[in-house]
Amino acid sequence: MSETTQSIKRPGAATGSWYELATRHRASIVAAVILVFPMVMPFTALAVNILIYGLYALGFNLVFGYLGLLSFGHAALFGTGAYLCGIAIVHFGWPWYAAIAAGVAGGLLMALLIGVLAIRTRGIYFAMVTMALSQCVYYLFYQAVDLTGGENGLRGINVRTIDLFGLRIDFINPMTRYYVIAAFVIAAFFVMSRILASPFGAVIEAVRENEGRARASGYDVTLTRLLTFVLSGGFCGLAGALQALHLSIVPIEILHYETSGLVVMIALLGGMGTFFGPMIGAAVFLVLENVVSVWTVHWQLIVGAIFIACVLFFPAGIWGTLIARGRR
Amino acid sequence: MAGLSFDLIALQLFAGLALGAIYVLFAIGLSLIFGMLTVVNFAHGAFYMVGAYVGLYLISIGGNFWICLVAVPIAIGLFGLAVERVLIRPLYGRGIDYPLLLTFGLSYVMVECVRIAFGKTGYPFDTPEILQGAVDIGVGYFPLYRLFVIGATAVVLLALWLFLEKTSFGLIIRAGARDPQIVRVLGVDVSKVWLIVFGIGTAIAGFAGLLAAPLQGVIPEMGGTILAEAFVVTVVGGMGSIGGAVLAGLLVGVVVSMTSLFAPEMAKVSIFALMAVVLIVRPQGFFGRAGLMS
Repeated sequence: MSETTQSIKRPGAATGSWYELATRHRASIVAAVILVFPMVMPFTALAVNILIYGLYALGFNLVFGYLGLLSFGHAALFGTGAYLCGIAIVHFGWPWYAAIAAGVAGGLLMALLIGVLAIRTRGIYFAMVTMALSQCVYYLFYQAVDLTGGENGLRGINVRTIDLFGLRIDFINPMTRYYVIAAFVIAAFFVMSRILASPFGAVIEAVRENEGRARASGYDVTLTRLLTFVLSGGFCGLAGALQALHLSIVPIEILHYETSGLVVMIALLGGMGTFFGPMIGAAVFLVLENVVSVWTVHWQLIVGAIFIACVLFFPAGIWGTLIARGRR
Repeated sequence: MAGLSFDLIALQLFAGLALGAIYVLFAIGLSLIFGMLTVVNFAHGAFYMVGAYVGLYLISIGGNFWICLVAVPIAIGLFGLAVERVLIRPLYGRGIDYPLLLTFGLSYVMVECVRIAFGKTGYPFDTPEILQGAVDIGVGYFPLYRLFVIGATAVVLLALWLFLEKTSFGLIIRAGARDPQIVRVLGVDVSKVWLIVFGIGTAIAGFAGLLAAPLQGVIPEMGGTILAEAFVVTVVGGMGSIGGAVLAGLLVGVVVSMTSLFAPEMAKVSIFALMAVVLIVRPQGFFGRAGLMS
């Protein structure tokens, strides 16, 4: 959060309160939690999923929570990151770090393409246009069978070891795999914290709060929106690339609009426009999904019902509600 | 490309109009609800899907297609009324995104309920016997059922137009779309009008689902695909404009139909390309204005 927004918020919270401490060291807190997380979470595969979807939701939240635009097309950014990372490994034999870079670049580029078109529309159109464009990306990847494997998905992304400065890390061991992915996720959280604390981060929130006033203050609202959307694409592309490495396959469903809806649910459940919300949302959502799907195959019914209840009664989400309680 | 004659293109054009008719019905419901309530109904595809399944159920217990044509819109419309009253009404005035998010969650619930009741796999839906076969329309033989779809859509559009333009209730709806506050000041219970508009919109979605069923069969996921495509229609035509929805729906149908003739693998992508062009040239769509029927 920027200096200006902090000075606005300061009178509300008592100095030195837990909330302010948490805000100042937010990225370090996330890092600490992620590092000890596997010790309380017995299923490492689930823990890795939580990391990846938390990162995906973090990128989405930049647009939804901080910029105030509801995108229903983030699957295209996530999926493009995954596919580009996979294609770089399978078809071009790139090393793992270059493949991750390709995934991030793919997310950024796709966000630029979608953003340029979608930003032209106002308000409620944005959700519809992003959803329609991501559906278009789905069909394009579906058709490019030679490159993407089409309906069968992209198979054979086998990264067994991670070579780093002469060090050879076993990527098949679930625990080391978790910490390799965790390193990227933690880095992304630090970058996000930095972006939000920068003057640009303040402009993002200014555009959300009052578009007219931001424009009158001399900020280019359209450019801010586009840049934020592209940045969000970078985070989601990274999440997608990590997902490709984790699953060693990219299923075509990754581009389906349900993947876009999933991140909306996660962000809203955790608390939109909050720093910790996406990670909390991902953890709660995925644990819930695991628990409920043991009990019934119709977990979508439960998930949908919980989401409806959230929209009706807890629109601030888990973390947002906690903050509101803490401030009182 | 051999044998690509004028007749073939004309026939494909008609096939496109039949496909477009489904888009038109779907999109006018969406547009009507948005124009009046400023709610983007993400569950519209689910209402469409449930419409097809209600038809399937009615026929399985001994009903026929003609009974369905009346009973399905009534059933789905009543369901829509309940949804508006119970779930959407508490969200008015809380930001434009919340009803959208709620209806998105609702679509999950509806799709899963249909999966529980009818199973995950799809069913074929028989074309009623009288409407089977093809008729000569001058340029070649054309499936009779597709002609029926075009005709039924025209009837619904005409009825809707008469209702909105010629009745006093329609007058209130049009006024409410322009300025709900003034309408309220004039002593009209706007919330009741919104309730009914949502019911009409969903009833038309159910009707569209029933009409589409014999063309493509029924599966629980059928609503999701058409929803994204209907968004293209509303963006191209202009949100909240019924005339725009009609024109753009038919255009999208013809574009899909024509691309599947020349480059079948690009058929799905072509409509999104159309949307991209419209967004660049005319971001507000053909008739993009706030008012309804304007």
